[in-house]
Amino acid sequence: MHRTLGDFLTDIFQNSVEAGAKNLRVTLIQDEKSFRMEVADDGCGMTAEELVRAQDPFYTDGTKHSKRRVGLGLPFLIQTAEMTGGEFGIESKKGEGTNVKVVLPQGHVDIPPEGDWAVTLSQLFSLPGDFEAVIDRQCFGRSYQVSRKELIEVLGSLEDLEALILLKQFFLSAENEISTGINEGEQNG
Amino acid sequence: MGKVTLDQLRALRESGKKEMNNRLSEGKTIEIIVGMGTCGIAAGGKLTLNSFLEELSSMDIKNVAIKQTGCMGLCYAEPTVEIRMPGMPNTIYGNVDAETAKKIVHSHIIEKKLVDKHVFNAPAKDIMKE
Repeated sequence: MHRTLGDFLTDIFQNSVEAGAKNLRVTLIQDEKSFRMEVADDGCGMTAEELVRAQDPFYTDGTKHSKRRVGLGLPFLIQTAEMTGGEFGIESKKGEGTNVKVVLPQGHVDIPPEGDWAVTLSQLFSLPGDFEAVIDRQCFGRSYQVSRKELIEVLGSLEDLEALILLKQFFLSAENEISTGINEGEQNG
Repeated sequence: MGKVTLDQLRALRESGKKEMNNRLSEGKTIEIIVGMGTCGIAAGGKLTLNSFLEELSSMDIKNVAIKQTGCMGLCYAEPTVEIRMPGMPNTIYGNVDAETAKKIVHSHIIEKKLVDKHVFNAPAKDIMKE
């Protein structure tokens, strides 16, 4: 099981990239009542039947590992939503894309810690591949938005060490700014 | 600290690039590839990735590319990391937590000595190409 909310986001984002998405939109919103995370992509999508199967932990399409009998990415997220009284939703159309959404109530004892968003977001943006990703981040009314394309344009590449450190620094400053005024306990879950 | 704007980020990048060009780092690059499939994520791959970033930057090693990949087929030994660099064999390390990542930087990358306890030499058969 993943240990932070950031790890759950990494998993579903990674799914989208592996599904050949060229455009991803990530929404990450926190307020007093809930934590909402959504990833919408234009990847290969799934048929209604594949969509049902993708939510079954004992199913995998076998393309990544021919002898595997489990696929745990989405089931981990569904389990977390179920055990915290949250909501999970997934919509997909073959050939058009997939939209995964989860809303978790604030304060439930089984909500995983958030983890370090600057580390998570810089890790997601530096995944290899030719894709655009836009993050819409909101935290208690403050927000920022940034796209992968503009960061690549500024940094030139997202692979060498120095670019990765600057990328993390960027997200760290952005996260610090939107979380100013929230007490430490709430910030770090 | 206020938010770093994209223009400030660009300026930081350019000053860093000048420094790098001055150093002319022999054009040889070290490649670090971190497994980031569901298994890698669950085992803390992100902490490993971050530990590499921090340790390499604190040791001022700059000619490094850090890449991510999906599952390498060694789920039982996640987080897994592959290191490719001149003067050392391509090596896959398993069970690389944040501390082991630091050890790899010091031993494998700087001293060119394998970190024996963590060496896994080949991916599992189910992902090997025939």
